[in-house]
Formats: sequence, structure tokens, C-alpha cells
Amino acid sequence: MDDEKKVSGTPLLDELEKGDWPSFVTEIKKAARTSKLAQGLLDQVEASYVEKIGHWKHGGIVGVKGYGGGVVGRYTDDPERFPLNREFHTLRVNQVPGFFYTSKKLRALADIWDKYGSGLYNMHGSTGDIILLGTTTENLQPCFDALGEIDFDLGGSGGALRTLSCCCGQSRCEKSCIDSMDMMYDLTMYYQNEMHRPAWPYKFKIKISGCPNDCAAASARSDMALIGTWRDAIQVNQEEARKYAANGMNMVQVCRKCPTEALGWDANTQILSVRQEDCARCMHCINVMPKALHIGKERGITIQIGGKAPVVKGAMIGWILVPFMKAEAPYTEIKDLVGKITEFWAEHGKNRERLGELVERLSLSSFLEGIGLKPLPQMVMAPRSNPYIFWKDEEVIKNG
Amino acid sequence: MARTDFGPPDYKTMLPPVIKRNYGKWLYHEIPQPGVLRHVSESGEELFSVRVASARLVSSDFIRDISDIAEKYCDGFLRFTTRNNVEFLVSDKAKLDPLLKELDEKDYLVGGVGLSISNVVHTQGWIHCKSAVTDASGLTKNIMETMVDYFTGKKSVPSRCRIAVACCVNMCGACHCSDIAVVGIHRTIPRINHELAAKICEIPNTIASCPTGAIRPNPKLKSIEINPDKCMMCGNCTVVCPAIKIMDPDNDGVSIWVGGKVSNARSKPMFSRLAIPFIPNNPPFWPEVTEAVTHLVEVWAGNARPGERMGEWITRIGWERFFSIANLPFTDKHLDDFTHANTTFRSTTQFKF
Repeated sequence: MDDEKKVSGTPLLDELEKGDWPSFVTEIKKAARTSKLAQGLLDQVEASYVEKIGHWKHGGIVGVKGYGGGVVGRYTDDPERFPLNREFHTLRVNQVPGFFYTSKKLRALADIWDKYGSGLYNMHGSTGDIILLGTTTENLQPCFDALGEIDFDLGGSGGALRTLSCCCGQSRCEKSCIDSMDMMYDLTMYYQNEMHRPAWPYKFKIKISGCPNDCAAASARSDMALIGTWRDAIQVNQEEARKYAANGMNMVQVCRKCPTEALGWDANTQILSVRQEDCARCMHCINVMPKALHIGKERGITIQIGGKAPVVKGAMIGWILVPFMKAEAPYTEIKDLVGKITEFWAEHGKNRERLGELVERLSLSSFLEGIGLKPLPQMVMAPRSNPYIFWKDEEVIKNG
Repeated sequence: MARTDFGPPDYKTMLPPVIKRNYGKWLYHEIPQPGVLRHVSESGEELFSVRVASARLVSSDFIRDISDIAEKYCDGFLRFTTRNNVEFLVSDKAKLDPLLKELDEKDYLVGGVGLSISNVVHTQGWIHCKSAVTDASGLTKNIMETMVDYFTGKKSVPSRCRIAVACCVNMCGACHCSDIAVVGIHRTIPRINHELAAKICEIPNTIASCPTGAIRPNPKLKSIEINPDKCMMCGNCTVVCPAIKIMDPDNDGVSIWVGGKVSNARSKPMFSRLAIPFIPNNPPFWPEVTEAVTHLVEVWAGNARPGERMGEWITRIGWERFFSIANLPFTDKHLDDFTHANTTFRSTTQFKF
């Protein structure tokens, strides 16, 4: 370490090494013991803390051979002050579905990243990838090649299918109506080209949650959310329900919180009843009495489209497109629908227009017609309240 | 030619044998102690998952340390959660207590399960993002420092409380649907380097990028100009044209939003809504932000019924009561004037004084 760095120091960041919560500053410092890139990051972030402004520059196209994405180019905006950060690119590495790893795999990853990059990671980025933070243009290709040797491929960036993500699904959760990890893995393998070679108006995200608890935040954060559900009755184990009641569970309160009043508890007969036709599968009763109540047997997915953060036309939570679809490998019906949707979007979408914004601009009915789906009452909270209805030529009598 | 298009490692090779044997056969789970999940399968087999906090931004040393621990107690199997925690997957119950002991000795924080406040989902901030208005890692560190007792289960909360931090209005990280969200915002319109714009800016694309039609061409300078009355400081144009700069350290800062959720349990998913329009950037501690977040958590925890998320509590009592109970000023900034505005105006005489 040269003396100049020691003199300048990082007094503001040092404050964030204190306390009980794990410190990102300590992590950067650990990496900085052997990595100049990590040392450069400390210097630059300290400057940001002093000046209250970021020091990363706009864009710059870098990548690896054969791919149009997966690498985000990053350069300091002041290479004279922060010479170590002249190049500080990110690799988005496709995470294992469900974020499961063996220590052997993680160690192999760390060995590669210590050799070719800063030794700093996000475990994980907001979309789901392992984010390898900070390397040079020169090291990108050899790093990618080395990652390939341990079976880590890059994720998506730009106007492409972004890296998918999912909850841990049936690997550990009793509520998962679908095999979300297998679905993510299968779709990821199927859409490698769409992920690695951007050809769409903007980003397209697919996220998979095993049940309506939506632990993957799919409805809020993906253009196409695949959410596990069922369409028969909740399975009830009356004996376990009685045990909950006997052990002090406030059954009246559990029933009162049922949003559709489908759940009933008869204190005299000690019977828990679910009216199937009223149940909207919100998960509340199953969440609080997991031993007594279990998801139904006829399982599949609900598909929501259009979820996204605010940029540009405002935040959206995905709208119901398909109330129920079977979801078993090889997921042909899902792939057909993804094909129709992305084709329509690629044809009609404007630059940087997300799917939800396109549907809002063109109307839901035009979109449904475009992809060949019929309107259903499950798609809306209520029908239209204005009289400005569009009619097709064949629906009216032509005069003159 | 290097290998391409081979995808992520096969998840089946990353699962502990107990999970492989019981995949899709789990019956229920319970929380025997804070930070520990016990999953029980049809076969009677059990899996203990021990959750610990992480900084999300981690080093190779950290990766190797958690690998050491996983090898010692979990046959090398571990996972991460969507909220950036680490989970050690223990299939041998006898190893649970020794694992918890070692985690305690190594100062890992065990928690974030059930009725607790789990880790923050957040963005890059000044660490690595070109459009960061603030530092998400720093805000997260400070917020969670004040939430440690809620994470470890020393203090309890009525329901889950999802906190998110985004370093700009792009809101990467589900800020628009979180119980409490801290979002970096601009308050002054972008500045244009006309000379540079004339050279490198794609004028039609830049004009089209503006959601409010605030950008028009400036043919004289071969550049563009921005109508300050229409610009809402979304920053979209700065992504399209590098000659436009929006960063303004004197005026940039953070806003705080409340009441969002993604789960369908009980109530429908909800958007987060504006609670506090502006707090200045004040690194390294952002004390005004941590105070505000703590205040919001305490007001909710002190007033909500058991099981009520922030948004469910506010929906029940009404936003007018929320602003009064939380003692927050309601200002012109709280009135929506964008695409969803008319869904927020009240059309009933039912309200509270």
C-alpha cells in the first residue's frame, strides 16, 4: 500500500465499520488487501460520501465474444483522481435457481474472481444474478472463459430477457404449487439466445413464485409473473385444526381475516370449513395454520403481465392475463405464450417501452387480440364505466 | 471458441440429500427459535435452516468463511435468500447448536425469520451505479443498525415489515411495493451540455424518452431544451443522452414511502405511498433517515393489530389518520399528478377528521 493512500484514508466510510450489522466497508477493505480495484473503489466511494455525488460515468460498450449482454461497462468519471477505477466493469453471472450452492462451487467462483477481478460480489443483485463487481476490459474474456469451466454462464442485460429468478419452491416450501426452481432452470436453458443477445425494445423479466405469497416479488417486478396456484379446494386436516384451537389459536380472528369470508370455524362441532367457490386463494389461513391447511391438489400457475418499477410511465403491479394454466415440464404452453407476447411487443413496442406500458398505450383488448386470448372477468377488477366503446366493422350494420 | 449459452449450474447438483429426498414432500415448517426454520416432510425427516445477515456487498473472504462454516455443519450446503441473507442448511440436528454457537462467536447475526424485520433489499448506490442519487449500502447499514433487535427477534413486530432502499427513482428493488421504502430523488431539472449534445446526442430518441413531453429540439444549438414546468426529474433522458446531467448534490436527497406489499395474503398487493417527500443526503450516518424509519416502524408496531402489515394497518385506519398518528405533515408533494393520479383522489364523504 503506498503512503499517499494511507494519508488520505477513508474517515467517513470507516464510521460504517462500527456496530453490529455486517459492514460493506469492512468487506471492501478485506478485498482491498489484495486488490487494487477494491482499493480504488474505497477511494472513490469515500469521495462520494464527502461530495454527496456519484463518480461513475455513463455507459460504454464492453462484453465477451458471442454475447450482446451480461457485462455492464463501468468507468470512473475522474480517472486522474481515481486511476485505479479507470475500468470497473460488472459481470452478471446467472445464479443457481433458488440461490442454492455448494461450498465447493462458491470457492471455485471466489478463486476465479480473485484472479480476474476485485474479489467483491453482490450476493445477489436485485434481479437475481451474482454480481461480480469491478474488473478491467482486458480481463473480461478470460474471466468469462474461466467461469465457463465451472459452469457459470452470464445473465441478461439491455433489451433482452433478463436473468430469471424464483423462490425456493418445492425444494423446501410446503406451500409451493409448482416446481418453481425446475421451471426457472428449464426456461433459462430454453431462452439462452434471448438472454444473451438483446433484440427487444427494452428489458423483459420473468419471475416465478410458488404460491400467491409471491416471495420472488414476481407480480411487482416482472413483465411476466408466473405464480403458483390451485383451482380445487384447500385441503383441511380437522384434527390439526382442533389442535391449533386447543393450543390457543384465535380461530375467530383467523376467519375474520379471510378476505372473501370463505373460512368458517364452528366452535361447537370444532369443524373448520372452507367454501371452495368463495376462496380466492390468498394464503392467509394456510400461512397461519400450516399443519391444518394445505394447498389444493389441482395445481398450476396464474400469469400476470406488466409489473415494473416507475420508469417511465409509473409503477405497475402485474395484471392477470391467464387465471390458470397447467405448469408441467417441458412447459410448452408457457413457452408458446411467451413467444406470442414477445413477438407482439417486439413488433409494436417503442424504444424503452416495457410490456405493461405497451398494453396501456394500445389497450388491453388490442393486446389480447394480438396474442389470441379471449377477455375474461378475472382480468379486471370491474368492467368499464364509460360509454366510449370501440366496435369492429363486422359488429355493426354498414350503411352507405 | 469459448463455451456459450450453457446457463447456470444445474440446481440439482446444489441440493443437500435431505432436500433431494423430500423435494415436493414438505408438510409444514415452524420457527423453533428466532432465525431458525424447521421444515418437516411427509417422511418425518427434518431440515433446519439457520438464517444470518449479510452486507450483500461481500468479499471473497466472506464467501470462504461461510463455505468453511457450511462444510463444518452442513456438508457444504448453503443458500442465499431473496433478501440477501445467508442460510445454512442443517440436516443433522446434533449440529444445530454447535453451528449457532460458532455463528455467535464469529459475530454473525442470526434472525430475519417470521415476525421480524429482515434484511433490506437495496440497489448499488455510489458503489457502482451511474445514476445513484445516494448510497444504498450506507443507508442500509445505518437503517439495519437501528433494526438489529427487530432482526434478531429481541423486539417483535405485528407482522412482516419489508424495507427497501433504491438510490434513484428507477426504484430497482421493489421499492414501489415495500412496507417502508427509501428512494433517492432529484429536485432540480437536468442541465444540458449543448456543445456535447450536438456531437453525441441522438436528438429524436432523447425527445421520445421524456414521459411528459418536456423536451423539445433547439435547432439553433443542434441540441435540445427542457421545459422546467413539465420536467418531473425522472432522469430517463440522462440515460439516453450522456450530455444531460441531473446530479445536484445540494438538492438531491431521499424520500420515504410506506404501505406497499407484494404478497396476496389477506389483502391485495399494494403500492408504497409517499410519506416524507425529502430528507437531505447526510452521509455517513443519514441520521434523519434512520430516525424517520425507526419512527415509522414504532408507530406501526405500536398501533397495528397482530398480523397487520404497514399497508393493511393504514388501509384500516385511513391515510388521514396515518398522517395524524405518525405526526407527519401532509403537503402539496403528497398529491399525485402523474399517470395514476385520479385513482388516488377521494370520491366519498366517508373520511375521518
